Amino acid sequence: MATTSSLMSANTSQAPASPPLAIEVRDLVKRYARATSNAVDDVSFHVGRGEIFGLLGPNGAGKTTTIGVLTTFVRPTSGYIRVMGEQLSRGAQSIKQRIAVVPQVSNLDRSLKVREILTFHAAYHGVPRREREQRADALLDQLGLGDRKNEKVTAYSGGMVQRIMIARALMHAPDILFLDEPTNNLDPQSRLFLWERIRELNAEGLTILLTTHDMEEADQLCQRIAIMDHGKVLVNDTPEQLKKIIPGGTALELRVRAAEGVAAGAAAADSTDRVLAALRALPGVTQVDELHASVEAPSSPAPAGPWGGGAGSGGSGESGGDLPDERGVATYRLYAEDVSALIGAAAQAALAVGAEVRDLRVQRPSLENVFIYLTGRNLR
Amino acid sequence: MATTTITPRSAGAASARRASGFGLALTAFFAILRRDVVVTQREFIAFLMQVLIQPLFFLFIFGKVLPQIGLASDGFSALLLPGIVSLTTMLAAMQGVALPLVLDLGYAREIDDRLLAPMPRLLVALEKTLFAALRGVIAGAVIFPLAWWILGSQYSVRTDQIPALIGLLILTALMGATLGLVLGVLVKPEQIGLMFSLIMTPLLFTGCTFFPWSGLSSIKWFQIVTLFSPLTYASEGLRYAMTPAVQIAGHTVTLATLDMRWVLLALVVSIIGFFFLGAWKFIRRVVS
Repeated sequence: MATTSSLMSANTSQAPASPPLAIEVRDLVKRYARATSNAVDDVSFHVGRGEIFGLLGPNGAGKTTTIGVLTTFVRPTSGYIRVMGEQLSRGAQSIKQRIAVVPQVSNLDRSLKVREILTFHAAYHGVPRREREQRADALLDQLGLGDRKNEKVTAYSGGMVQRIMIARALMHAPDILFLDEPTNNLDPQSRLFLWERIRELNAEGLTILLTTHDMEEADQLCQRIAIMDHGKVLVNDTPEQLKKIIPGGTALELRVRAAEGVAAGAAAADSTDRVLAALRALPGVTQVDELHASVEAPSSPAPAGPWGGGAGSGGSGESGGDLPDERGVATYRLYAEDVSALIGAAAQAALAVGAEVRDLRVQRPSLENVFIYLTGRNLR
Repeated sequence: MATTTITPRSAGAASARRASGFGLALTAFFAILRRDVVVTQREFIAFLMQVLIQPLFFLFIFGKVLPQIGLASDGFSALLLPGIVSLTTMLAAMQGVALPLVLDLGYAREIDDRLLAPMPRLLVALEKTLFAALRGVIAGAVIFPLAWWILGSQYSVRTDQIPALIGLLILTALMGATLGLVLGVLVKPEQIGLMFSLIMTPLLFTGCTFFPWSGLSSIKWFQIVTLFSPLTYASEGLRYAMTPAVQIAGHTVTLATLDMRWVLLALVVSIIGFFFLGAWKFIRRVVS
């Protein structure tokens, strides 16, 4: 495996004594063959044992590739990685014994019955027969699958498939559970059920690394979060600390429509510039962004398969720029120490340059707003 | 529900963790082999139909109908049978790995769970290949009672070369399985139809299935072409191990086949070559 040598040799003598880390990633770079940019671009983070850690970011940010590296499906271009104290480049076989993976898309063995999916998985990992059968029954009951365990999975719904994949992952008593977009495309009820299970598992000592583009999910579940975009980690902290990144903690959001005469054509850009300039000129304003919906463009032509990244599933589009009534409407975010004091001034500033204010609201601190603050884009 | 723990710390899993890498890999290898046995066993009838319908018709038309209406000579079925056995064995082995692998690597990804087992990924490819070869051997073996039933009095197989016959059957199956591995990792799901017409059909008709190689001496160029088909060596090997000597004008005449040394060499080289090419590409497909 082509990794840098100096770091590796320096660290082979002794496992780090204190504090025991579950995952250690340093300077990870992954560039797929024939790609023009890095899918993961110099990423470093660590996950403590017993932690729930989230990789948060839009599709194509490099989350799935990062998980792919940690779960031995993607070969890193460079970087230093340890999983449960074991160096990835030399200990892949024993690492596989200590991790479990729940991918974005079902990869359940459709030739087997549900219970067999679990028992065979355990058998692959060397769990003795008696024990694997007991564990399978216990897990199926706990995940509410007990009554359908002798069916094949073809008839199962998305939420059920997700539960089976989690039950399967737990069969060999892993130390780390990787969940790639665990609640993507789940109905709200299944989503809550899953969150509950994830918390329970964590309370029992399981380390969990999950990826999500759902801010609420990250906020609800994770003890620490790394926000990723374009293959890089922008920030990495607890949800509480991340929310403090926004100056004053809140943002003022304005939706304005450009003046009638300039609503269409090339003049629209001009109007935007004037609104931006007017807002930036307000006293106490630290930053003003025009919001753009995130464009779903994976940064690299990743190969097929669940680890290639970019399984697109965008949320509801918010911009709606094609509706006749929405033409010429733009959204701006304004950051200041005390945005509520600026509500009147901001509306007046927009009016002064001939724009029509459609909506104006104060955004409470949320991870979504942190992401927008950092990137100027919506997550979806 | 919330009162019990979901991850009881298991003694067994912990002991499995401490097991040596080699022992663990071996356990995992046999577990994935057992999975294939369970699945195949469950669909055994479907498996037999999949691999036996084609040889059944070949035997009936070429071995029974054509001789009976005078379009083929009586001895033809004795030459045909080894070709049918080799073809069936190879195709069954090849399909046993190629088709599932194309679908699996293309989109199903069911194999991922096995790729996460604590063993080198090469062993996953090896298991797939060996199990497919086993399917090939079974398919080839079933041809014998089938032929005995269809050909009736025309059925004649020499019985003094049984070990050679078994050995050649196994080599033929391994050749088919390793070729299947290569196809399985190279072909994309949308190209399956193309695979059948571009690879299987030429292979079938250049493999000396329906005619002995020595009989091609009058069409020299085609005789040379057939030497590039690995199936030729399988067919000729089995022809040697199966076709009984015949009495012609008081003389015992045995069929001239390709030299057994060439047959063995070609089969072994194909198996090794296909396996390493296939395994190399396999690893590159599953680890990006």
